[in-house]
Amino acid sequence: MKVSERIIEGLLWLSAVITILVTIGIIWVLLSQSIGFFQVVSLTEFLTEKEWTPLFADKKFGIMPLVAGTLLTTFIAIAVALPLGLTIAVYLNEYAPARMRQIVKPLLEILATIPTVVYGFFALTVVTPFLQQFIPGLAGFNALSAGMVMGIMIVPMISSLSEDAISAVPRSLREAAYGMGSTRLQTAFGVMVPAASSGIVVSVILAISRAVGETMIVAIAAGQQPRLTMNPLVPIETITTYIVQVSLGDVPHGSLEYKTIFAAGITLFVFTFALNNISFWIKKKYQEKYD
Amino acid sequence: MAKNNIKLEAKNLNAYYGDFKALKDITISMEEKAVTAFIGPSGCGKSTFLRTLNRMNDYIDGFRTEGDILLDGKDIYDKNIRVDELRKEVGMVFQKPNPFPKTIFENVVYGLKIQGIKNKAHLEEAAEKSLRQTALWEEVKDKMHKSALALSGGQQQRLCIARALAISPSVILMDEPTSALDPISTAKIEELIYELKNDYTIVIVTHNMQQAGRVSDNTAFFYMGELIEFGKTKTIFTSPSNDRTQNYITGRFG
Ligand SMILES: Nc1ncnc2c1ncn2[C@@H]1O[C@H](COP(=O)(O)OP(=O)(O)OP(=O)(O)O)[C@@H](O)[C@H]1O
Ligand SMILES: [Mg+2]
Repeated sequence: MKVSERIIEGLLWLSAVITILVTIGIIWVLLSQSIGFFQVVSLTEFLTEKEWTPLFADKKFGIMPLVAGTLLTTFIAIAVALPLGLTIAVYLNEYAPARMRQIVKPLLEILATIPTVVYGFFALTVVTPFLQQFIPGLAGFNALSAGMVMGIMIVPMISSLSEDAISAVPRSLREAAYGMGSTRLQTAFGVMVPAASSGIVVSVILAISRAVGETMIVAIAAGQQPRLTMNPLVPIETITTYIVQVSLGDVPHGSLEYKTIFAAGITLFVFTFALNNISFWIKKKYQEKYD
Repeated sequence: MAKNNIKLEAKNLNAYYGDFKALKDITISMEEKAVTAFIGPSGCGKSTFLRTLNRMNDYIDGFRTEGDILLDGKDIYDKNIRVDELRKEVGMVFQKPNPFPKTIFENVVYGLKIQGIKNKAHLEEAAEKSLRQTALWEEVKDKMHKSALALSGGQQQRLCIARALAISPSVILMDEPTSALDPISTAKIEELIYELKNDYTIVIVTHNMQQAGRVSDNTAFFYMGELIEFGKTKTIFTSPSNDRTQNYITGRFG
């Protein structure tokens, strides 16, 4: 083998190893710091306590309010992004002329490149005031507009991954459907979408994972008040927002308050890790089905 | 033998992919309840023509036609024709078996379901009927709710034919329906075609001269987008009037 090939191979190996080491390092830091936390606060308290007030005099360490806030904003985001994204994917695949597709696809990608801080301010200063005209009880900071704007942000993720999944369905299936007298709508939703369902589900899971980890939009527009509620109209706090709040605050390094962010971090990590694994598993399980 | 009615007819048909003229001035009539075979070298336009008969080419960017195609005397490219309705009348079987990734049952009743038929007993009855017509019933009756993708290629193709029959079309278009199959499955499908022509008008594209000879009543020979010769299969195979036809069926060019 040529020397240059050896060097390239070595570099590839090195970058793979570095990635793995960094991942292990992150998990190590998360674990070691949160062990200190869980020596003081029991796991049972962490999971069952209904309040999260580590920065107050009367400290309570229940993660559930943060989990609830995270799930609430994520749910709203997906409720917006899935129908929109899937409709766009189906439209681009089954209805749009080729030229239209060439224009719309890159435009959608632009949505994904807007900095999230811009989305955050958009939610706070445009969407919330707009919604308040219809929903009088809507607080200035709320899960609803943060979630909706986050949904807009992840539309391109769902639409482009779903579009890939739908266009990977063999053309012969589309022809079979049309050949049986299906309308475009029947072909799209009766044959193409089900045949692409594993890819679509994967896109949704990755989108959930993205929404769970999203920080800026919720930090700006959803408030910073941990609250165990599923009411989208009031201020809440997500796991990510809490981490930002403490990181930017002045809690002393090494204190219990400081360690809470690692406990919150590991909770977040468990969520996204599980989601990514599920999507990986679905991809593997179903990908050989139509070749 | 009395001359049958004309079911399908093309009149001065031209077809284009963009600037490329794929079909040139085709005029042909296809008899009702008979098998018409299209033969000719690769790229001569057989599939293109077959697919104009149920407007399957509508989805190809830049494809257009001139001239008329008449089904029972009515122009199928007329503005008032709904393509989905047209395709319920003119069914299609493709070169590669293409069952839906659904159960065998769901495949057969697909066409009925999209027409809004929900009655379970009715659907089951219809499924059994079409599967019997394609001699598949005995082979699949115990696994109706298993995936159609688990069937063999030949079974899948017969399932696709059953699926097409279930919506009772009057015409069935087949584009090289046996080219992906083994000899035994091929023989079964040929037998089936022979049976089906009692009730259906069949148009089949094939590269297999013996097959055209065995199953068809009339044969059309295409060459470079033109219809060179059309007539009784026996005549075309025994005493073709055109040299090109002669050369093609005797295998002197392909
Ligand atoms: N989608 C398309 N876009 C552009 N040209 C096409 C398209 N489909 C077919 N053609 C061209 O039209 C001509 C006829 O093609 P067609 O598929 O009808 O041939 P065929 O007789 O069915 O060939 P084969 O026996 O190989 O299936 C060919 O020259 C082909 O290159
Ligand atoms: Mg062909």
